[in-house]
Amino acid sequence: MSPSTTTIPETNQQVEPIAADDDRALVFSALGLTKIYRMGEVEVHALRGVDIELRESEFTVLLGPSGSGKSTLLNILGGLDVPSAGRVVYRGGELTAADDRGLTLYRRNHVGFVFQFYNLIPSLTARENVALVTEIAPDPLTPEAALELVDLSDRLDHFPSQLSGGEQQRVAIARAIAKQPDVLLCDEPTGALDLTTGVVVLEAIERVNRELGTTTVVITHNAAISEMADRVIALADGKIASESRNSQKLRPRDLHW
Amino acid sequence: MRAIHRKLLRDLWQIRGQGLAISLVIAAGVTMFIMYLSTFESLRRTQESYYAQYRFAEVFASLKRAPQWLERRIEAIPGVAVANTRVVATVTLDVEDMEEPVIGRLISIPEHDTATLNDVALLAGRYIEPGRSDEVLVSEGFALARGLQPGNSVSAILNGRQRDLEIVGIALSPEYVYNIRPGEIVPDEGRFGLFWMGREALATAFDMEGGFNDVALTLTQDAAEAEVIARLDRLLEPYGGLGAMPRALQLSHWYLDAELAGLQGVGMIIPIVFLAVAAFLLNVVLTRIIAVQREQIAALKALGYSSREVGLHYLQWSLVIAVLGGAVGTLGGGWMGSAMISLYNQYFRFPFLEYQLSTDVALGAVAISFVAAMLGALGAIRRAVQLPPAEAMHPEPPASYRPSLIERLGLTRGLSQPARMVLRNLQRRPLRALASVIGIAFAAAMLIVGLFFVDAIDELMFVQFNVAQRQDVTVTFVEPASSRALHEIRRLPGVVYGEALRSVPVRLRSKHHSRQAAITGLPVGAELNRVIDAKLRAIELPPAGLVLSAKLAELLEVGPGDDLLIEVLEGARPMRQAPVVGLVDEYMGMSVYMEAGALHRLMREGDNLSGAFLRVDADQVDELYRRLKAVPAVAGVALKSAAIQSFRKTMDESIGLMIFFNVLFAGIIAFGVVYNAARISLSERSRELASLRVMGLTRGEISFILLGELATVTLIAVPLGLALGYGLAGLVVTAYDTEVYRFPLVVSARTYGFSALVVVLAAVLSGLVVRRRLDHLDLVEVLKTRD
Repeated sequence: MSPSTTTIPETNQQVEPIAADDDRALVFSALGLTKIYRMGEVEVHALRGVDIELRESEFTVLLGPSGSGKSTLLNILGGLDVPSAGRVVYRGGELTAADDRGLTLYRRNHVGFVFQFYNLIPSLTARENVALVTEIAPDPLTPEAALELVDLSDRLDHFPSQLSGGEQQRVAIARAIAKQPDVLLCDEPTGALDLTTGVVVLEAIERVNRELGTTTVVITHNAAISEMADRVIALADGKIASESRNSQKLRPRDLHW
Repeated sequence: MRAIHRKLLRDLWQIRGQGLAISLVIAAGVTMFIMYLSTFESLRRTQESYYAQYRFAEVFASLKRAPQWLERRIEAIPGVAVANTRVVATVTLDVEDMEEPVIGRLISIPEHDTATLNDVALLAGRYIEPGRSDEVLVSEGFALARGLQPGNSVSAILNGRQRDLEIVGIALSPEYVYNIRPGEIVPDEGRFGLFWMGREALATAFDMEGGFNDVALTLTQDAAEAEVIARLDRLLEPYGGLGAMPRALQLSHWYLDAELAGLQGVGMIIPIVFLAVAAFLLNVVLTRIIAVQREQIAALKALGYSSREVGLHYLQWSLVIAVLGGAVGTLGGGWMGSAMISLYNQYFRFPFLEYQLSTDVALGAVAISFVAAMLGALGAIRRAVQLPPAEAMHPEPPASYRPSLIERLGLTRGLSQPARMVLRNLQRRPLRALASVIGIAFAAAMLIVGLFFVDAIDELMFVQFNVAQRQDVTVTFVEPASSRALHEIRRLPGVVYGEALRSVPVRLRSKHHSRQAAITGLPVGAELNRVIDAKLRAIELPPAGLVLSAKLAELLEVGPGDDLLIEVLEGARPMRQAPVVGLVDEYMGMSVYMEAGALHRLMREGDNLSGAFLRVDADQVDELYRRLKAVPAVAGVALKSAAIQSFRKTMDESIGLMIFFNVLFAGIIAFGVVYNAARISLSERSRELASLRVMGLTRGEISFILLGELATVTLIAVPLGLALGYGLAGLVVTAYDTEVYRFPLVVSARTYGFSALVVVLAAVLSGLVVRRRLDHLDLVEVLKTRD
């Protein structure tokens, strides 16, 4: 694959990469993203023209109050949702042109999701929840290896109801990274957790980012977490309010909440 | 096993109660389907191979007497393959320990070789030997009823002379699979015996040497049946031919075919009801499951499972339930089918009757249960497939409620808050409430379908034996007699009152239709045997013209005002014409009535009679029977009490089993529907109910909210179900509308009451099960979980 053009195998589309001010390869570039929901009789403008670029192994934190549009942005990047206007290019392929099948394959092969409420399948054990992904992904880790990465080797055969919130979230992280995704998207991963457990979860995410080089986006409304990121993007009212880079990243245990 | 399949199995285990209830409903439908259709197929296959193996004839004719050489002429009719002449005679038997008369039919068989047509199947003993003129084979039914074995003998009056018939073997014939005497409702094999006797011996006894009085034919492949029958009739006419009839109208075959048609019809209708209910239940359950698993669906999609895979996953839920139900139903249907076959084996006599569940029927059962599962799952799965993953990530927004219609009409000012909740919840999901109502209504309807048979039979018996046929005994003569015979019969001991019966065998023709029947002539103001209209009033027969049973009129495509051509099949065999002047709805057979005087005028005869209806003194019947047995002119004596008894016995045996299963299955439906509805309400609203408990409402109060909804649905459903049941019963009555019998559409208050009671009990029972769960509602746990 030439460095100047890339192809998403599933969509077979080629585009010129957008010029970079960073030497790391561009993973996402989004232009003019707009999303309008219709809630009954009311139109909700979740995104009002967002431009964003994300690079390989970059750790980005999306900050913002609820309703700022950060989840919508994450869902669009993850191929869970489509924008009303604008385009998203993933490694040179236009995501916004993919159909449902294309988006499914994109999620299956490239994206790892972590949700605020874990979204584990309650009827499956930790190992089986991870296996759910390893059984369909092209080049996965074993469920055991993925759970090892989040320090849950002793909880393989526990059902979600037998695990604490932090443990459940770590299973979710293991499930997200087991496919060795190119991008890891986390929506309020610590939102339902207390400080100590939150730190353990963030450490797991940080470790994946560091060791596997996975491009990582974490949504949070907790500003403290932004200190562990390479980049911090603040959203407000569907637009990017500010953007900054941390010259020095903090380890999760050094964060001050 | 893949993780997603583990999820399937564990999730199914979670809802095992509901799943099992649905499986059982499917099992019930499949059981019925298999039971009826495999029985139908087994009987049909047996019938075909029996007919083929024992060379059952295709055309039958009786006559007075024809010389043997006529057989050649019959065989020469174009289209005739084989002709077989016989001597057939009806005799009175003298059976010990039995005062009432017993009828025997003697049928000739060749002494030297086997019969070319209508061969007998020897079940025990041996075939008759040439030269031993008293040897006979006896029919299995009669032998069983009378405890006869080879080696026993039966005394009979042959042409006025007492003879002892020696039984050497027990046999069956394809001609008498259903061995019923003409004019009877159900077979009474102990009072009607068949005997196969050597041709020479029988001919000698009845002065038929060198002649015959009965002929049976098979046809060539390209033969035109009607044409052959017409030619045969012309040939036999000078010899007192009574009109040939095709196999389709041969009595035993006619009954067997009617039964088969009924089996097939019911086997198609009833399972559909069960499977429709199962599909509905699956839909409700799956819809709920998909709502509960909304976030799991979102997760699966986010993880990269395609919409198709997610849809397939939920389709598998219903397929597993269907497979389970189908398997149980197939086993149950096979078991019940073989039980049903042995029941049939008591009334339809085959030398071999093997129950066979064909792969076709089994595959059909699998197919229909799968179709039900698919139909049930489809709507729910579409929702899972279409659920946008980003949206499903968030919990469902609070359901939108509105003041209920009743409230808006201002009818509920005094309504408590819980009552309002019940009403609004019902109104919020009107389709589901409606579906629950329909499901429960179907349960009630199935009960009615199962139970109304008893009412229908009671009504049929009442009309037949209390309103229409009020005689105790019917005597028929060998030949029509003059009016003097009636006076003589009236003078016999024990006869309280007697009325003449004139019965003329005829063939009725209209356009291209023709039908053999007997015109029954009844006196004006008849007290005993009467013609009854739909309102159970005795009809005064008009002074001229024919009154037809509606079914016969339908077959002949005639109505009041149309003329019928009447070909009389006795005496001088005149051709006559008479108008149809009335129709009468009758439950049994196909009758033709005429006022006796009008019939005599039509026949241009005096007050002849073919028999008599008698009311008798119960204390003197034995003496009366003894005297009647000794009168050679008497061909048959039919007793109403015996007919009622055998009819009851038949119905109790065959319908009892059917009713038991119908009630069982309807109970399953009722419980399945109500239990599912309750469990789903509970699952949807446990958080809400737990919150109410936290606020201080008592268990009773929250139970009222949940169970009140259920009770409302049940109370709406029951009357609907009763009405639906009446409609379905009508459908079954139509399926059983055969030439042989028609069931009256009568549903008694008892049946309505019992059906309603069973449904309400099933509802209460499932309410109690759910109530127990409510009582154990873990407030903290329920409130903690996100719905």
